Amino acid sequence: MGDAAGLHRVVHTMGTVFSITVRGADVGPRALDEAEAWLRHVDAVFSTYREDSAVSRIARGELAPQDCAPEVREVLRLCERAREHTGGWFTAGHSGGFDPSGLVKGWAVERAAEALLSAGATGVCLNGGGDVQLHGGPWRVGVAHPLRPGQVAAVVESRQGALAVATSGPAERGCHIVDPHTGQAPVGGLASLTVVHEGLTDADTWATAAYAMGPGARAWLEAQPGVTAFAVTADGETWSVTP
Amino acid sequence: MRAHPIRRTVLTCVATVSVTTLALALKPHSQPVTAGPQAPRSSQSPSVPGGTGSGTGSGSATGQRTLTGETVQTRYGPVQVEITVDGAKITAARAVKTPSGDRRSQDIASSSVPTLVQETLDAQSARIDTVSGATFTSEGYMTSLQSALDQARG
Repeated sequence: MGDAAGLHRVVHTMGTVFSITVRGADVGPRALDEAEAWLRHVDAVFSTYREDSAVSRIARGELAPQDCAPEVREVLRLCERAREHTGGWFTAGHSGGFDPSGLVKGWAVERAAEALLSAGATGVCLNGGGDVQLHGGPWRVGVAHPLRPGQVAAVVESRQGALAVATSGPAERGCHIVDPHTGQAPVGGLASLTVVHEGLTDADTWATAAYAMGPGARAWLEAQPGVTAFAVTADGETWSVTP
Repeated sequence: MRAHPIRRTVLTCVATVSVTTLALALKPHSQPVTAGPQAPRSSQSPSVPGGTGSGTGSGSATGQRTLTGETVQTRYGPVQVEITVDGAKITAARAVKTPSGDRRSQDIASSSVPTLVQETLDAQSARIDTVSGATFTSEGYMTSLQSALDQARG
């Protein structure tokens, strides 16, 4: 059973790495087994790298969305919601294709963290490839400095409740975010952009969308109620948005 | 649109109690779901106006309306939330009843405003539990700060 430091597990799947820490006397390794199984299940269903995944079959036109498992339909619905909320800056339909990958990881992490809480954890810290869902606390999340390896540019502290911290930027794997209107890397792009909100599905898709907006990110984030955001510009300046 | 400071505080309260309420709503014997849990998720395509069932509303059907959810008994005390919707969009949320009394409830109600400290620090001295950064690959993880933290935990 978990002690004050908590139980810890690292899971390699979905082309990245998930780090899970849970606290609480009532949560045991079995809850971590289930979280790990869930993440691997999501990879099997949603991977665009697996020819037999539901998402690959939908993209090839072999499977109609309405015939999919409920979780696939849920993701499709959430993709549509994110697209609407961001005015088209987040999209799973870029270039006529179908790729919900930009939403799936954050959603899978949010769901896994909820399940761990339901399993009796008093604190959950689940990091999926650099995007974090927290429950309980206190937790301290460092925001990696995009221009200074080994340093953090800010620390987000959460004492209780649900909180998600998502960071978008080109730092770790080259620029994979494009302006959906031009297909190019964002103009006047930021070195990194961090969005803090309750759930990781929203925080992650909003960080992606706002990052793609380039210079328009700040004004858009300021218009979102309840959002905290933090950005490092290409020349190392920083700005933040508080609710 | 910048939230007024007072409303910000209230929204925060709502967010916290909503998490609690949502968690309870998942239990088989929970109270009916009220408008409360949906209040902070202004992005959701709201089924709120017609979806509260037990809530009460005021205002015109098409313009701005105020809806009050039922009081829900949570393990921290009674919670009741009021939201204002304009058409299909939630424009305001307010907790009209929040738990008070014992200290634990006060903590819950005073909630989780995240603290954002902007300061460049060495990761070792920042006393952090985890690291948020641009998405890393399995290979990128090997050299990441998160990997170092994970190894330190064993």
